[in-house]
Amino acid sequence: MKRVYLDHNATTQPHPDAVKAMLPFYEAYFGNASSVHQFGREAKNAVEQARNSVASLIGAKRPDDIIFTSGGTESNNFAVKGVAYALKEKGDHIITSTIEHLAVEGPCKFLEKNGYRVTYLPVDQYGIVDLEALKRSLTDKTILVTIMYANNEVGTIEPVKDIVRIAKERGVMVHTDAVQAVSKVPLDVDDLGVDLLSLSGHKFYGPKGVGALFIRKGTKISPVQHGGHHEKNRRAGTENVPGLVGMGVAAEIAKREIASEPKRLSGLRDRLQQGIEKAIKHVKLNGHPVLRLPNTCNMSFEYLEGESIVLNLDMEGIAVSTGSACTSGSLEPSHVLLAMGVSAQTAQGSIRFSLGRINTAGEIDYALEKLPPIIERLRKMSPLYIE
Amino acid sequence: MEQQYGEKVMEHFRNPRNVGEIKDASGIGKVGNAVCGDIMNLYIKVEKGIIVDAKFKTFGCGAAIATSSMVTELVKGKTVKEALSVSNHAVAEALGGLPPIKMHCSVLAEEALKSAIDDYTKRSGGKI
Repeated sequence: MKRVYLDHNATTQPHPDAVKAMLPFYEAYFGNASSVHQFGREAKNAVEQARNSVASLIGAKRPDDIIFTSGGTESNNFAVKGVAYALKEKGDHIITSTIEHLAVEGPCKFLEKNGYRVTYLPVDQYGIVDLEALKRSLTDKTILVTIMYANNEVGTIEPVKDIVRIAKERGVMVHTDAVQAVSKVPLDVDDLGVDLLSLSGHKFYGPKGVGALFIRKGTKISPVQHGGHHEKNRRAGTENVPGLVGMGVAAEIAKREIASEPKRLSGLRDRLQQGIEKAIKHVKLNGHPVLRLPNTCNMSFEYLEGESIVLNLDMEGIAVSTGSACTSGSLEPSHVLLAMGVSAQTAQGSIRFSLGRINTAGEIDYALEKLPPIIERLRKMSPLYIE
Repeated sequence: MEQQYGEKVMEHFRNPRNVGEIKDASGIGKVGNAVCGDIMNLYIKVEKGIIVDAKFKTFGCGAAIATSSMVTELVKGKTVKEALSVSNHAVAEALGGLPPIKMHCSVLAEEALKSAIDDYTKRSGGKI
C-alpha cells in the first residue's frame, strides 16, 4: 500500500546521514563521554561537535549555552521549573499563553499547585498572543514569560521579538518553546533576545530521545535533574552519545537548507490547501494564514469528527492527525482551537496536515485524490449535514 | 492514537450497516453533543411490536460509527421489549470489544436506542 506521511509535527524520519553518523557510537565508539581514557575522549569529542552544530543552528555564539536534554518535554520542564526555583526570592508569578504545548502547560500547572501564580494570556482568532494583555499582566513579582515560538497544532508564529521587548522593559526572563520552529524558519537567539529556548531532535530529522535547552550566559536557573557534573553541573546524566551525534548532524543539515527547504514546504502546503478548498465545501482554515509555519495546514471539515477522517485516510495509507498527538486519549476538543474561539463542533472536525522533507508533489496529489470521497461519504452519515 | 480497534469494529467502521434516515419513523432517538464529539440519531420502524427497520446517522469517531452500525443490526427483528434489554455491553461484545476509553460510545448507542423506543412509546400511546 502506498504510504504518505503528512504528520511531521508529530515526528520526522531521521535523516539517513544522521543515522549513518550514529551507528559507530553504538558499535566501536561506545565510551562514556565522562571517562578519562580514549573511549571517553572519543565520545566526548562527538558530543562537543554536536553541541557546536546545535549552537550554530540557532545562532548561539557560546556553545556552552547549549545544554543537552532528553527532548523537548525535558527542556521545557527544565526552563520553567529551573527558573521558577532559582528566582523564588524575586517573585512567584509566571506568564504564559493559553495555547502552549502540554510540555509547558504541565510544569506551569504543577508550579501553580506549589505556591506560584500563573497568568495564561489569551490569543486572538488566529492564535496570536495578546501583547496588550502581556503588558498589563507583568508585575514586580513576575519572574518568567514563556511563550512558544510557533504552535504545533495550527502553526501560528508568535511575535517573540515584541514579547522579549515588552518583558525586558520590566527586567523579566523570557523562554520560548521553539520545538516546532527549528528547521522550518531561521532562528537566531541574539536577534530574538530570548534568555532560554527549547528544541527537540526528533522534530527536525534527528532521533528521538534528545533535545536541548539554550540558556543564555548569566541566566539564573536551578537544575531539575541532579546527580553528576554533566553539562557543567546543570543537567546530570550520562550523555546519549549516539542520539546527540544524530541531532548534531540533523542540525547541520537544517542549517544548510534553511534558505531553500521552508520555501519548498510552503509550496507543497499551499498546493494541498488550495486543492482541498477547491474540491471540498464547508472547510475552514485554523490558524494565521500568513504568520505560520511553512509546512502546517490545519483545517476543519464541518459536520464531521476528526478521528473518523484520520482512520479513513489511514486506510488509504495517509497519515495525519486531529488535535495534538499528545492529547489523543482525551475526549475534549483541542484546547488550542477552543482558545482561538473555534466552536467545539468545528474543533472536533479539525485535521492537521504537516509536511516535511520526504513529501513530494505526487504525494500531495495522492492525498487530494483520496480525501474528497472520504469527506463526502462521512457527510452522508452525519446528522449535522443537510445537503 | 493509543486505542487499537479490533477487526470487527474496523469492519463496521469501513462498511457501516443501515446508514440513513427513516422518513416515517415510528420512533427517533437523538443523543449526544458536539462538545463530546459524538452525536447519534437512531430511527426505528415498528410493525406489530417488532422492529422491522432501523437506521442511523452519526457524527463521531470510529467507535461511534461502529457501535451505531452494530446497534441497528442487533435490534432489527427484535420486539420492542427485547430491544429494551440490548445493553451497551451487548453492543461492545458483538463488536469483539472496545478500547476502555471508547466504551462511552457503546453507552451512547444504548441511550440512542432507548431514546428511540421512548419516542415510539409516547407516540403509540404507551403500548410496548
